[in-house]
Amino acid sequence: MALSTEDIKKIAHLARIEVSDSDAASTLTKLTGILGLIEQMQAVDTAGIVPMSHSQDVVQRLRDDVVTKTNQREEFQKIAPVLGNGSTELAVDHGLYLVPKVIE
Amino acid sequence: MEWEVVIGLETHTQLQTNTKIFSGASTAFGAEPNTQACEVSIALPGVLPVLNKEAVNCAIKFGLAINAEIAPRSVFARKNYFYPDLPKGYQISQYELPVVGKGVVTIQVPAVGKNETYEKVINITRAHLEEDAGKSVHDLKSDGAVASMSGIDLNRAGTPLLEIVTEPDMRSAAEAVAYAKKLHELVQWIGICDGNMQEGSFRCDVNVSVRKKGSDKLGTRREIKNLNSFKFMTQAIEYETRWQIETLEDGGTIQQATVLFNPDTGETRAMRSKEEANDYRYFPDPDLLPLEITEADKVRVKAQMPELPEAMKARFEAQFGLTGYDAAALTASRELADYFVATVGAGAEAKPAANWLMGAISAKLNAEEKPLADSPVGAVQLAGLLNRITDNTISNNAAKQVFEAMWNGEGEVDAIIEAKGLKQVSDTGAIEAILDEVLAANAAMVEEFKAGKEKAFNALVGQAMKASKGKANPAQVNELLKKKLGA
Repeated sequence: MALSTEDIKKIAHLARIEVSDSDAASTLTKLTGILGLIEQMQAVDTAGIVPMSHSQDVVQRLRDDVVTKTNQREEFQKIAPVLGNGSTELAVDHGLYLVPKVIE
Repeated sequence: MEWEVVIGLETHTQLQTNTKIFSGASTAFGAEPNTQACEVSIALPGVLPVLNKEAVNCAIKFGLAINAEIAPRSVFARKNYFYPDLPKGYQISQYELPVVGKGVVTIQVPAVGKNETYEKVINITRAHLEEDAGKSVHDLKSDGAVASMSGIDLNRAGTPLLEIVTEPDMRSAAEAVAYAKKLHELVQWIGICDGNMQEGSFRCDVNVSVRKKGSDKLGTRREIKNLNSFKFMTQAIEYETRWQIETLEDGGTIQQATVLFNPDTGETRAMRSKEEANDYRYFPDPDLLPLEITEADKVRVKAQMPELPEAMKARFEAQFGLTGYDAAALTASRELADYFVATVGAGAEAKPAANWLMGAISAKLNAEEKPLADSPVGAVQLAGLLNRITDNTISNNAAKQVFEAMWNGEGEVDAIIEAKGLKQVSDTGAIEAILDEVLAANAAMVEEFKAGKEKAFNALVGQAMKASKGKANPAQVNELLKKKLGA
């Protein structure tokens, strides 16, 4: 599978990672190498082998439905990011975490 | 050109658990912002999800209720997308191996322009467990720099959801709404969801496409997001269907899109499209192991489940001789069915109990916009009233007056009958005395009857009822009058 720098830019955007044009070229080479490796692996006959969804062959343990967490909002909001734009105030207001405006 | 609309639904039901799907934080509605957002809910680095047993039980209950395959092994996956109310950057969901597989929901659809329904089976594709996201708040209380920002409340983040997906089996807004209502009742019936649509416990996404009638190819669909009332669902589907047909008839094409319904204008509108919107890059979540459900788990959960509506409907028909229509109506909701069973349990006959429940009581509740739980006349009181009809203490007509009085809180059945003097006269001697007077006073009518005029008989009954101020037992009046006239 051949990737383009366009693909690299798109993947980077989806992951919210900034990739410069020069980095995009080297990232393209690396990713293409990884995909080449996967192509090699795809040549292996896997008929009859159950796909693995976890590296350990054990099953999920379940938790009883009992409230164990108490309100720690104050502690958590002490380590909230700062507002930025010159302000060193924490990005919280009336108990809410603040983020740049998002309206669909 | 004849068009056909094709509809499929995806419904998010919030599961009735005490805690979140992957942490021990409370899921109670309406708490102060972020006071129920623990380190897992806000996605602090290094935290690990631990699956809630009750959420799994809810999924098993639903699977059993729709006769579905329940996966012996299912897998949680990460659905990656970027949004501020999803602090991890991914939603934990299920993708390739969902917990509940194919099942069926049978619905009764009101037929257009007729006072009857038709039955249809809707196929469920799958149902999977996942976590809810947080909420964004755009009208902040503070001003200044803060006013230009959005607030995030993560109390809802991590609330367990069961997303239930249908095949594109519905062919009208009426069918889609009938399915949504049926599902809404079912999840409440089996106790996995409180069904509160205002609080967002039951939210529907509706996929709508149109095609030429007779075609077996699906048209391009648009998805109407987050409908939280059945009324809006009807309006949104009808508007969307018209819009798609008009667009195609004008030579246009439909672009796949996500649309929002605006209740104020009654219109649907495409959300700003994100070209990478459907690129979720699912992969199995390495923080969670595969979920195993054994036969023993299913047996254990099944034992906790109530009798299902379909089974109860069949039982009502067999045990009480009710019609299919009545039995379906009585099992339309758990409250109604429980009320009916309690009324019969308190000694009332089944058929009159069904009639009164779906007649007088439903009419009152509708008029006053009250739920059955708030009915001033409970099952035991209704049974008391019906028993007084059965034992001939009061007539059907008098029962209506007694019911009114009970509804208005004027007291118990017997006290009201006494106070209003509604007791029926069933004493043969008393009725005979009245009849003798009536016959003496209406000699002409008696002659007419003897000359063969059947109508005169009814007129005499009327006179007798009038003379008794409506209290005489009509059946007895009929019988005794026949005897006296030698008819």
